[in-house]
Amino acid sequence: MSQGKTTLKAFAMVAAATVATGAFADADEDQLTINGEIKIVTEAPAPAHMEYVDTIYSGWRYRSDETQAVQMDDFDNPAMIFVESAAEAWDTVEGDAGKSCASCHNEVESLRGVRAVYPKWNEAAGEVRTLAMQVNDCRENEMGAEKWKYSGGDMTAMVGLISSVSRGMPVNVAIDGPVQSTWERGKELYYERTGQLELSCANCHEDSYGMMIRADHLSQGQINGFPTYRLKNTKLNSVHARFKGCVRDTRAHTYKPGSPEFIALELYVASRGNGLSVEGPSVRN
Amino acid sequence: MELTRRNVVVLGSSAALASAVGMPAFASLTDDAIAAFTGGAETGSGAITLTAPEIAENGNTVPVGVEAPGAVEITLLADGNPTPAVATFKFGPLSAVRGASTRIRLAGTQNVIAVAKMEDGSFQMAKAEVKVTIGGCGG
Amino acid sequence: MASGVKPRVKVPKTAAAGESITIKTLISHKMESGQRKDGDGNVIPRSIINRFTADFNGQNVIDVAIEPAISTNPYFQFDATVPETGEFAFTWYDDDGSVYEAKKKVTVA
Repeated sequence: MSQGKTTLKAFAMVAAATVATGAFADADEDQLTINGEIKIVTEAPAPAHMEYVDTIYSGWRYRSDETQAVQMDDFDNPAMIFVESAAEAWDTVEGDAGKSCASCHNEVESLRGVRAVYPKWNEAAGEVRTLAMQVNDCRENEMGAEKWKYSGGDMTAMVGLISSVSRGMPVNVAIDGPVQSTWERGKELYYERTGQLELSCANCHEDSYGMMIRADHLSQGQINGFPTYRLKNTKLNSVHARFKGCVRDTRAHTYKPGSPEFIALELYVASRGNGLSVEGPSVRN
Repeated sequence: MELTRRNVVVLGSSAALASAVGMPAFASLTDDAIAAFTGGAETGSGAITLTAPEIAENGNTVPVGVEAPGAVEITLLADGNPTPAVATFKFGPLSAVRGASTRIRLAGTQNVIAVAKMEDGSFQMAKAEVKVTIGGCGG
Repeated sequence: MASGVKPRVKVPKTAAAGESITIKTLISHKMESGQRKDGDGNVIPRSIINRFTADFNGQNVIDVAIEPAISTNPYFQFDATVPETGEFAFTWYDDDGSVYEAKKKVTVA
């Protein structure tokens, strides 16, 4: 083993020790109801495929009361600004076919339940599709419109709109059958250490959730709340943009939003939230 | 300042150092802003309530609320921001509660200060320290 | 006019005469503080909503002078007395001279 490798290992251990010695603070006991009517399940028994976790928690449970409150009323939730703009896009005709989303799907409420089961297998295309991929497939092949940038503002707002009508429904992503190999690849990526810090998703979000990483309260890294409005950047953030940020923070070259790796990882991480409610667009720090 | 052991200990802590280095200029700007609002009058306390989180998860969006029954005007200040002024609320005849809530930016851990001008011309002041945290891995 | 600016208000549709009601307002606006620099080190000019007012049937409820320390998408919550059936008028003033308005009717039963 080279000297350099040893040094990096030591650095990673210091990083891990910093996490481990931080104050421990479990998920809180608060209950989430949005607009006084949409009951959100923020705690559920872990799906059978998770070997090391008994109970899954929404990231909402790890946030401060002030941040939690912002998500409890759609008027207070700034993510809804983006959802409203997507609702306008929903009705806007674009492309050669002279169609809008509404031309085929009528009201966005007709897509209730969709967010809960994505990513999912598309038989005709023979691929695992995320919601963003499906939106672009509609744009390209049904509307004859330009594809949106995978993790761009238009796309993330539209995914937020589609997610919003499924809030309160249980996440229920299939992991077997034709998606199984992609799911297995996602699981590999979840446990694969990356970057100079040699950290995997699991190091923080499975081994250390509930602990403080410096001043931040580590969640389980659930994605039932995506897209999410972050106080940090005051915009709606996609799942893949968040993955990219995390991988970058391990001091690694990251995969690209929309890449096969992140699609597989999204499927796997989504399946770790099976049983929680769809919560997006959520509010986080 | 008399150099007692306690003072030395306090000065030795990094938090105190940060405030000793960074605060005086801002603090005097804040004092100036308060003086401009009150005209130099004494401020009382007890009839004004300032609600702010003890710890803010992000300084970009910190929820604060202020209420002072009988106030005609309330100004909000943040003594660690590049400029301390945040907002000034003037209440009209149809204001039911002399107060408001909003979301503010704080450049770091600092005091949020509310000063109310009351109907009788007196002033009330409240102060709350908000610790602004930095995310775990900056991501 | 700055792009993407859209006011939103939440006001109960009905009230009892003289009742105090809670009003929430939010306007989508980046609130560029004038403190930030772009990639080349040049200061990005300040561009904010600098004043917000709420009136009911011509009488003032609240008049807010706003500084750059108010967060992106300025949010205000406050309470108003509704003496009779009428209309709230909300007005936001932009640094660039734009004025954004929203109105909401309230019926006193």
